Amino acid sequence: MSEAVREVPKKERPEFRNIHITELSNYRQPLAAIVSILHRISGVLMCLLLPFVLYLLQESLRSEISFAHYQGFITYPLVKLIILALCWGYFHHFCAGVRHLVMDTHIGLDKDSARQSSAAVLVISLVLTLLVALKLFGVF
Amino acid sequence: MANNNVGPKRRVVGAHYGLKDWLAQRVTAVVMVLYTAILLIAFLSGQNFTYEGWAALFSQQWFKLISAVTLFGLFYHAWVGMRDVWMDYVKHVGVRLTLQMATVLWLIACAVWSVQILWSV
Repeated sequence: MSEAVREVPKKERPEFRNIHITELSNYRQPLAAIVSILHRISGVLMCLLLPFVLYLLQESLRSEISFAHYQGFITYPLVKLIILALCWGYFHHFCAGVRHLVMDTHIGLDKDSARQSSAAVLVISLVLTLLVALKLFGVF
Repeated sequence: MANNNVGPKRRVVGAHYGLKDWLAQRVTAVVMVLYTAILLIAFLSGQNFTYEGWAALFSQQWFKLISAVTLFGLFYHAWVGMRDVWMDYVKHVGVRLTLQMATVLWLIACAVWSVQILWSV
């Protein structure tokens, strides 16, 4: 081997690691990353709130009296907002999940369409929440 | 690799290293999409929600069954998802197993309760 080749300094190879949670704020998250982490957060929250939802279902089905009680309960605007927050979590998880299912079939995997579909997830889940909001507040 | 994965060095994770849970999560997702679509259309197109209408819907055996199937699918789906979250973020084996077992018990309790609710109407 000639001297010239031997003396070529070793290139510094870039090293990529997972970012630490404290570094998160230094990164501008792409839309797909925001959709992804919201998918996780909404999933965990809904899992924790399962007993609450089951309780509501039980009271709505138990008797006419408990049904009327809850019909009165949800006339409070604050209660409607809490229900809407839950609905938004559900719809977001729903839409992001459908996006996953589509991507599982190798559709829309490139950067541009992934960005577009994640924007669509955010928009559609908000529109669905808005529809429920209009219904809850008695617009139609 | 293989030699590092035996005895006390064996990696303890909740996964089955396979396709089963991945597929189950997808299948249960599709079931929930269908059920959600039915309920959402019923809600958005419905007028005058009464106890009679609501209880009549849930008193039919076929609706009890598809509700139960959907809810059980949901609990399995939630198990796969929560397990993934614990595996990603909790490095300590003992803590992770404890959290996974707590999740299992949590979901079993929810499943039993949902059956009781559905068949009490």
